[in-house]
Amino acid sequence: MLFSKTKRVFVALFASALLSNTAMAVESKDPIILTLHDWTGQLINTELMGRILENMGYNVKYQQADYIAQFAGLESGDLHIAMEMWETTGKQAMEASLKTGGTVDLGETGMNAIEEWWYPMYMKEKCPGLPDWKALNECAEAFSTPETAPAGRYLGGPVTWAGFDEERVEALGLDFEVVHAGTDAALWAELESAYQRKAPWIGWVYHPHWSTVKFEGEFIEFPLYSDACYEDPNVGLNPNMAYDCGKPRGWIKKVGWKGGEAKWPCAYQAVRNFEIDNPTIGQMIVEVDLEGKKIPDVVTAWLDANKSTWEPWTQCN
Amino acid sequence: MQSVRILETPVKFRWGFWLPLTAIACLGIALHLYEELTPFLVKYPRDWIIPLRFSISDLMQWLIKDFDLGLFTFKELTRSIAWILEWPLSVANSLLATGFTFSTEPGAPVLLPPAPWIAIVGIVGLLAFNLAGMRLALLVTGCFLYLVVFGQWQSAMVTLSSIIIAVPLGVSIGFALGITAYRHPLLERILSPVLDLMQTVPVFAYLVPVLFLFGFGPVAAMIATMIYATPPMVRVTILSLRQIPEELIEYGDMAGCSRRQLLRRIQVPVARDSLMVGINQVIMLSLNMVIIASMIGAGGLGFDVLSSLRRLAIGDGLEAGLAITLLAIALDRLGQAYNKRSTQSRQAGTSRSLQGARLPTLIILILIASWIAAHFFPALAVFPESLQITTSHFWDAMVKWININFFDQLEAVKTFVLINIMIPVKRFLLSTPWIVVVALIGLIGFRLGGFRLATLVIVLSLFIAVTGLWSKAMITVYLCGVSVLFAACIGIPAGILAASHSGINRVTQVIIDTLQTLPSFVYLIPVVMLFRVGDFAAMLAVIAYSLAPAVRYTILGIEQVPTHLIEAARAIGCTRSQIRWRVELPIALPQIMLGINQTIMMALSMLVITALVGTRDLGQEVYIALTKADTGRGIIAGVGVACIAIVADRLINQWAQKKRLEFGLQS
Repeated sequence: MLFSKTKRVFVALFASALLSNTAMAVESKDPIILTLHDWTGQLINTELMGRILENMGYNVKYQQADYIAQFAGLESGDLHIAMEMWETTGKQAMEASLKTGGTVDLGETGMNAIEEWWYPMYMKEKCPGLPDWKALNECAEAFSTPETAPAGRYLGGPVTWAGFDEERVEALGLDFEVVHAGTDAALWAELESAYQRKAPWIGWVYHPHWSTVKFEGEFIEFPLYSDACYEDPNVGLNPNMAYDCGKPRGWIKKVGWKGGEAKWPCAYQAVRNFEIDNPTIGQMIVEVDLEGKKIPDVVTAWLDANKSTWEPWTQCN
Repeated sequence: MQSVRILETPVKFRWGFWLPLTAIACLGIALHLYEELTPFLVKYPRDWIIPLRFSISDLMQWLIKDFDLGLFTFKELTRSIAWILEWPLSVANSLLATGFTFSTEPGAPVLLPPAPWIAIVGIVGLLAFNLAGMRLALLVTGCFLYLVVFGQWQSAMVTLSSIIIAVPLGVSIGFALGITAYRHPLLERILSPVLDLMQTVPVFAYLVPVLFLFGFGPVAAMIATMIYATPPMVRVTILSLRQIPEELIEYGDMAGCSRRQLLRRIQVPVARDSLMVGINQVIMLSLNMVIIASMIGAGGLGFDVLSSLRRLAIGDGLEAGLAITLLAIALDRLGQAYNKRSTQSRQAGTSRSLQGARLPTLIILILIASWIAAHFFPALAVFPESLQITTSHFWDAMVKWININFFDQLEAVKTFVLINIMIPVKRFLLSTPWIVVVALIGLIGFRLGGFRLATLVIVLSLFIAVTGLWSKAMITVYLCGVSVLFAACIGIPAGILAASHSGINRVTQVIIDTLQTLPSFVYLIPVVMLFRVGDFAAMLAVIAYSLAPAVRYTILGIEQVPTHLIEAARAIGCTRSQIRWRVELPIALPQIMLGINQTIMMALSMLVITALVGTRDLGQEVYIALTKADTGRGIIAGVGVACIAIVADRLINQWAQKKRLEFGLQS
């Protein structure tokens, strides 16, 4: 009696050992820590990745951390995976961090960041030439406020976003004054307020984000971005100044703690494989932010419906 | 004797003040007219800037990477402190929010679920009833039921678990430091400027170093909270120990008390009331930190506020913010009741040990009973979602309604204030030569406190110049100054009114309590919606946050006017308004100025938050440094803010003290 019980335990142990060596190639039981920021798209992506890793048998923990300040934690191994690092806003910090050797680039997410001057659709009535940028000067006054009139008022992002909008305004000779919002929450607050009143507004909007779904509008079409346009004054419309073009559109990458690569190779492989596109994530953001669903529910629904998409990510060799 | 002194002081100093003042004013005009002759006296030259911030960043790198204490490195030391602190925190968190599991691995089976809401509500209600009876019990259970019914429970318990660890730790560390400083005057002299810095350097400035040293997560957030919340406890401890009558200590000495006995049997019991003020301060400040702590991983209510406001869900943000306020009010009232009761029971001479022994048993019984009950009725553990209510749509709709219907009127007010007050002040301050400002501050310092004070304020203002922060500092002074002006114009009359009508007083207290504990982020976003990004929106938020001390100190000042003076005034036939304007207000003025001083301090601490709506002052510099994880830049800008705060504080305090001496309110 006693013997058989011991035996059963042995068999179980043995079986589990076997299992973990084959199908579920789990390396370390230590939790993999994924960082959470404060925008919905990132929360969804992180939850998606976390659930997939859990499915592979890893322990996963989530940790709130600031978008840029998190690099300190990623370098020291306090944090392990960050799911969204935008070329347009985080490139500088990411490159600095990669240089320290503490972090590793885990590849693009497949999403494409768009950041540009954006206006609500009703402005088109007041300014029919839009979305061409040349129309901006004709209706600068329509975009003005008492403080800036007759020049238009453009609400840029926080100064840390480095959008070079002052330079763009000067290089393209736009009659606009650039005002900086301190944070994107303030940016959306203004947009929402203007949209409610159908008041003139133009500002820095990015995608994927709920605002482009909630509010109807368009991005301005500037001359296309190129590296040369930002670096070389000769390139572009204005022969004397750089920045005479639109903003770059860029990748959104995953970043991880370097040391994790050896600790959880298959998990890191899965993170590398993770890929999602703008419409997919955009749809999920809408479900959460505008339809009021809970993130875990939205993620579960997606995982159930798209097994064939994500299961290949988990394969490891 | 007294009247002689009143007459004497101004006469003696008048020439020593007006003459140099005129000289400085002339210098300012001359510099303005002939700017090209000596441009370096008008605008602080770039070449003279000392790149201090790089040295600080290097120092930080060295601390983290290379500093070796022999057996272990500095980072290992700080990390082990974090590791030790993590234990109580995770126990509290498990008890209140997540439940106990067999192992630390996520997904492990739950051994014991978190305490059901019904148990916590019951326990705080019981505590309140035991301390102060039915009224308090109703208030406190009401606050906690709000958390339950409005679906804030889970987050609130995460926040509460870090508060109930951070507060006792902060209180004990502060108390220990206070006692040591009380016993060793040298330590006090070293500690005093450090405390000044801890209280005035904006939290954002040291978040990055804290992250580097203590890692990411709730523990680092808790440490940042403690740095912010502990200083008042140290100060209150020193102050209250010093206020103990000399005779009592002598009595203790004569009775042969050891130092420990003296402390436990005489000093602490006598100083208890003032010590409780310190504890309440620690509670309030810890709850003030909830939002910022959530930025570095504390989670809880702060995170809810931030993420709802990023979605522009104003109503959701308000409800989560209100949860923080109610938590603060409940904890504050419990603390006050505890204080009052222990004073009463001491006076009555009854022993509390009997009830003291019964209470914990009762609490444990409640816990066990509700655990068992919750096992059978899950609704007692997790309040069913279908029963939760929310008012968030109402708030969203209200902001929208105001926005659509009143935007033009609001815009007109804003434009008026901007053009007639704010922009002229800003231009004036930015164009005043730096050397003139420094000289002026020095002169005021000299007039109020002699050579020593003058040296201090000159050195502090020079620090701002040499670190290259001058123009950002002037914008800080302008924003802060205009906001404080408005706060005073609202706060002082409100205080006067409240001091004479108890009904108004009660309403005012509720309003300023709410304004002070409601996270400023909650009203910052609606303000931006109605007034757009810019200095005006920032100013409104600063006024709302910093109003409270102006009101409180005014009330206090008027209440403290000695009754015999008022009676004397009445006896010689003064009318009510004469009493108010000729007696009460002049005598309360020093106290009111201390209130203004506190208003300035709070306005400065708020400026960092208003950087989030696009101000261009030192607050923005600190915020940029935070987002770039640039230790040196953040700390230098933070110390710059502290310099402004300390200059204002020293000058006003010195002035108030002089006035009090003149009125004979202080010997």
